Amino acid sequence: MSKVRLCFAKEGVASYISHLDLLRTFQRVFIRAGMVIRHSAGFHPHPMMSFVLPLSVGQTSVCELLDFETEEEIDCAALPARLAPCLPLGVRALECHVPERPVRELQYLQALVSMEYDGGVPSGTAEAVRRLLLGEQVVVEKRNKRKQIVDVDIRPMIHTVETEERERFLLLRTVVQAQNPGVNPALLAAAVSRHLPERAPDFIRVHRERLLDGDGSVFR
Amino acid sequence: MDQKLARILPKVQKPARYVGGEYNAVIKDKAAVDFRVAFCFPDTYEIGMSNLGMRILYGVMNNMEGVWCERVFAPWGDMEAALREEHIPLYALESGDRVRDFDIVAFSVGYEMAYPAILNMLELSGIPLHSADRGGLAPIVIAGGTAMYNAEPLADFIDLACIGEGEEELVELLTLCRRAKAEGWDKGRLLREACHIEGIYVPSLYEVRYHEDGTVAAITPKDGAPERVRKRIVQDMDSAHFPVKSIVPSTEIVHDRVTLELFRGCIRGCRFCQAGYVYRPVRCRSKEKLAEYGAAACADSGYQEMTLSSLSTSDYPDLVELCDALEDYCGPHHVTLSLPSLRADNFSMALTERMAKGRKAGLTFAPEAGTQRLRDAINKNLTEKDLMESLTRAFSNGWSAVKLYYMLGLPTETDEDIIGIAEMADHVVHCWREHASNKARGVRITVSTSWFVPKPFTAFQWEPQISREEYERRVKLLREHMTARAVTYNWHDGDTSFLEAVLARGDRRLGRVLERAFEKGAHLDAWQDYFDLGRWLKAFDECGLDPAFYANRERGREEIFPWSVISCGVGDEYLWRERERCYASQTTPDCRTRCSGCGANKMVGGTCDV
Repeated sequence: MSKVRLCFAKEGVASYISHLDLLRTFQRVFIRAGMVIRHSAGFHPHPMMSFVLPLSVGQTSVCELLDFETEEEIDCAALPARLAPCLPLGVRALECHVPERPVRELQYLQALVSMEYDGGVPSGTAEAVRRLLLGEQVVVEKRNKRKQIVDVDIRPMIHTVETEERERFLLLRTVVQAQNPGVNPALLAAAVSRHLPERAPDFIRVHRERLLDGDGSVFR
Repeated sequence: MDQKLARILPKVQKPARYVGGEYNAVIKDKAAVDFRVAFCFPDTYEIGMSNLGMRILYGVMNNMEGVWCERVFAPWGDMEAALREEHIPLYALESGDRVRDFDIVAFSVGYEMAYPAILNMLELSGIPLHSADRGGLAPIVIAGGTAMYNAEPLADFIDLACIGEGEEELVELLTLCRRAKAEGWDKGRLLREACHIEGIYVPSLYEVRYHEDGTVAAITPKDGAPERVRKRIVQDMDSAHFPVKSIVPSTEIVHDRVTLELFRGCIRGCRFCQAGYVYRPVRCRSKEKLAEYGAAACADSGYQEMTLSSLSTSDYPDLVELCDALEDYCGPHHVTLSLPSLRADNFSMALTERMAKGRKAGLTFAPEAGTQRLRDAINKNLTEKDLMESLTRAFSNGWSAVKLYYMLGLPTETDEDIIGIAEMADHVVHCWREHASNKARGVRITVSTSWFVPKPFTAFQWEPQISREEYERRVKLLREHMTARAVTYNWHDGDTSFLEAVLARGDRRLGRVLERAFEKGAHLDAWQDYFDLGRWLKAFDECGLDPAFYANRERGREEIFPWSVISCGVGDEYLWRERERCYASQTTPDCRTRCSGCGANKMVGGTCDV
């Protein structure tokens, strides 16, 4: 029996696969690869697998982690190549290892938020955005557990923000808190649209780059 | 991916339906193929990807070297609106290329209510709707599937229809089309040549004249087109393509499992059932092949659910042996095997229990009619005694949910037959009270009725559909007699069934009505979310046609049917005889007991595989 942590990328068309659908997809991927995933005991056994940090539909990532347990010992180094022919387009198995650190040690997420402006980036936007996101308070709308829309301040969850201006888009490279509570990097763009309406982007994309621990080292 | 598309996908429901990239989707090198097929399903991704025919033919066409077959589905309303607003033409899932640039645009049509979606998909693709307005050699718009046994309502729009099973027919058609493309034929020549492929029907090569009363006076072939187009079948199921490597959607679909097709055709001969007649003669796959395919398909796909498919699973000759062989794989691999379309008899119940392995999901039976007299008249070979014996066994073994399906408006139906449905439901409740192993769990009995729709190529193709008022009266009558509290009664919406009855036996004049209704907004009419009968009635009015003429009129023995050019292998003389036996409440034995001479055996050299 092995506990395994798989690091994978979810890009392109695969970014539209929802969290639950991806779980189902991975169950089938493992069967295709001839692996037997350990199931929980009980009347309705469910496979022992979980995504470390679920990704929103439409966002891309090169640092997704999936924890699972197999019935037999498996060769971690060989796993990415074994899974490759079994995966849908856009999902790539990058690396696999026996997890040494518990998920609670994951603290930060480094992501790239690309804010697209079809008419070109309004001048001064980079600075205004930095000032907003690194200011006193960053209030955005969020749906709470009772499905009510409430205002929350996400400023405490924003660790760093760097900007890079291109012709038709502004890149935000940000490090945000990943969990307890975490913040979806898309909310940074939402904050811009709300507080700097004249600088609201026409479209945003979010791409996860790295998961980090409390010391800023890569969490794996 | 197209940037405009990337912007609309986050805004629509279930965007995974619109991007492709699934496991086993076929990607070919565009430079290495010379012929492209856009295989369109006029319903949503979830429905289309569940269709076995689509999976088979996708494999067959992609097995042809130089041909690339891709999939296209109807967008849901939100996606359609976004595509229109952004002026994004309909595209194929594999390459993302525009449908209008393909050589063939092929529709799989299983259901009349999908007709508006065909027009909508053509329009979204930027392809002229009318065959006559598409002068070039590409795209050729074709249609196949069960609904095409009467392709007349689509006659103005499609260039040709493939009648019957497509495995061989499509390969021959594609080969001809590639030759036409290579040699630079014009479209007229291609169609004149195509009509000589067995099973290919080219509506524009037939001229239809009508009597003053609106019935068909004559259908005259032109340019050497055949008098009769006989459906195409696969002779040997064991050599027919089985989609072992099949696309596994990355999002949930309706039938998300391995489907193992046991046999085609049906030995039963229920008189209302179009599938039962048009899929004749019976042809079986061998149990060895099936066991091999089932295991291979599960291993390749990673599915942990498999279902056996056919019109009547209990009639597969080697069913027990097959289940044994499949169990050898399914057990250790945790694959659940389900057996739908079982008959209510002891043998089937024993099998159901074995497969269920403790899980007691609901049982479903389709008595179709409430009295033995009417069941005899429609040749539905199920007795109340068999049903009650099966249920006694089921209830005493812990089952507690039963669904029963019936039709209202069957020929010769009387109020006694309708009340018989309620009585049968009462007997089921009583049976549960007598035999339930655990009464504390309660029982759920669901009775559902639909409104009978007479279809072409059945013994009831001459029959009127009962009127709307009469249907509603019968529903009300049944509701009044359905008194048991444990029974839930559902009845089918009348609007859809009425229109289905109109389109099923329509002629090509309905093309104008279809187009008008489409212009008024009929797009995804197979869905209650979008269907509106009012649009259709207005369209009929504007075209000066009466829907009741098609749905509610009894047709005479001598009448020429709009679909009479087509032959499904079962002759009209036989169907008429079956109709007369219905009125005499006489049953016809199943094909295994005695051949009743329907004529389908001629398609397989005289002997059916019963």
